Amino acid sequence: MLKDEDKIFKNLYNDFSADIESSLTRGDWDNTANLISKGKDWIIKEIKDSELRGRGGAGFPTGLKLSFAPKNLGSRPHYLVINADESEPGTCKDRDILRFEPQKLIEGCLLSSYAINAHTCYIYIRGEYYREGQIIQKAINEAYEKKFLGKNACGSGWNLDIYIHYGAGAYICGEETALLESLEGKKGLPRLKPPFPALVGLYGCPTIVNNVETIAVVPTILRRGAKWFASLGKPKNTGTKIFCISGNVNNPCNIEEEMGVPLKELIEKHAGGVVGGWNNLQAVIPGGSSMPLLTKNICETITMDFDSLIKVKSGLGTAGIVVINKDQDIIKCFARLAKFYKHESCGQCTPCREGSGWMWRMLERMAEGDSTYKEIDLLEEVTKQIEGHTICAFGEGSVWPVQGLLRHFRKEIEKRSHDDPLVKKKNNIPYLVDQHLLEKDNA
Amino acid sequence: MSIKKVASNQPDFFEFSKENFNEAQNEIKKYPKEKKASAIIALLNLAQKQNNNWIPLAAIKYIAKLLEISYIRAYEVSTFYSMFNLSPVGKYFVQVCTTTPCMISGAKKIVDVCKKKIAPNPNQLSENKLCSWVEVECLGACVSAPMMQINQDYFEDLDSVSTDKIIQTLLEDKFPQPGSSRNRKNTSPEKDKTTITKVNNA
Repeated sequence: MLKDEDKIFKNLYNDFSADIESSLTRGDWDNTANLISKGKDWIIKEIKDSELRGRGGAGFPTGLKLSFAPKNLGSRPHYLVINADESEPGTCKDRDILRFEPQKLIEGCLLSSYAINAHTCYIYIRGEYYREGQIIQKAINEAYEKKFLGKNACGSGWNLDIYIHYGAGAYICGEETALLESLEGKKGLPRLKPPFPALVGLYGCPTIVNNVETIAVVPTILRRGAKWFASLGKPKNTGTKIFCISGNVNNPCNIEEEMGVPLKELIEKHAGGVVGGWNNLQAVIPGGSSMPLLTKNICETITMDFDSLIKVKSGLGTAGIVVINKDQDIIKCFARLAKFYKHESCGQCTPCREGSGWMWRMLERMAEGDSTYKEIDLLEEVTKQIEGHTICAFGEGSVWPVQGLLRHFRKEIEKRSHDDPLVKKKNNIPYLVDQHLLEKDNA
Repeated sequence: MSIKKVASNQPDFFEFSKENFNEAQNEIKKYPKEKKASAIIALLNLAQKQNNNWIPLAAIKYIAKLLEISYIRAYEVSTFYSMFNLSPVGKYFVQVCTTTPCMISGAKKIVDVCKKKIAPNPNQLSENKLCSWVEVECLGACVSAPMMQINQDYFEDLDSVSTDKIIQTLLEDKFPQPGSSRNRKNTSPEKDKTTITKVNNA
């Protein structure tokens, strides 16, 4: 279990205060100029050595990402963009960093901006986090007052301006290219890659997009050393991570733990156990809604890190753990998730726009017991048709939970399905695509 | 993509108040000079706030002119993002999260209270025209589920009794205290706290 002194976010529950004076006593902005004076290459090398992986879901090595920015400043300015558009169901870690540890994020912005040659940094916050945005704006103002930002930030000779940009309620804007489109004042439609944002990003300039948590741990890594960070967790899955445990547990909470902590320990020890006891556990979504579910058997032994979860055909994602106990209707849960994806699909690629609606309608039918056996295979077919046929990873994100459900709970769905073809029975099913088939004349 | 209903009853004219105009200029200054369009979301938000929680078409035209972009660019942005209301909502706009983590923690009870106390249908004004409610997708406070957002504030750890109280306060034209309804400290575990136990030592 992670010791208190190894915790990076000591003010995760606001036991102290989020203002700058309190942050200073917790060690933020401690000799930042000294860290900067060691040079860009040192910063990037140190992050590479720490094996920090992006905390936004994909787990891309952060040091590598920072090194993608062109080494020298050309005619185009470089940008750092912080992705605070946290909307993955089950995840609420960035909100706490924005509310209670804003100085860590701001200091991280300065260090990373310096490493990638950026003089401007935008923080893209989801529009619903209005109060959180106010807190971070206040924190930025305080940092300007202390001369930690602006011209010659921290006495390092580097100029940096940080601006807040609010979104307006679109899950897709958490995808990095959609986020950039939104930042440019357009609809949040993801862009084709390549070119990657590191070369052609915001306003066509080199841009690095990183998650809040990733950037907020950077100052601590540089201060305490890559070795310390790499000593926590497992090889290739190092460091600490904020886990959000929600759903049917006795004490839902956010908690910072080592990577590779057993899932059972998180649930039983920190979250007070499953409602109705461990045996009442039905399934767990380990990393935000986009990651396939785990059954109770897997939950007994699984550890929470990127590589172990990939082995059981799931993923760590954002580490938003949703615990579902046996009192819940598992199909209904996933039908609701499918509705979420249908609502949030940006509509750019046909497979995702149409397929997400198909999946939702089919799952609703399955939950109600109106589906036929044939539909189960059809649903699987639809998920395969979406996966890999879209511009961004939203396609995968929307089908993985459904595929996970089919993989582990097929029997449950089969139990509720029947053999009667839909067309014969005059079921009144809302939103059915082929509603005209229900009319007898057309059948 | 959410379906947007554009109000049929539209005001003819919209203009930022002096205060909001200055605020808008500040927003525009955040971006490079030739990239004014970036400020559109912020400006639409301002317009929404100024105009009782909804954006009339006149405001979209006005903002498009202000940012020197075509009307359709501004219109498509205002229809794309789910936070922009293109038809009137209540002075107190209640948004109940019903995505899976909230759903399994009992969001249905919250919706039932809204149906009973505000109006039977979403987007329908309450009898005294003060409130309306709507179901929304994940608001990013899953650990504090079930929860809802009223205007800009989050109300967390709800149950039917506390929701009833909150909505009763709204109907009396007062704004209730946001945050956890059980007085829980943010996202910390409620009982048997296992981490950051030595508060003074950190």
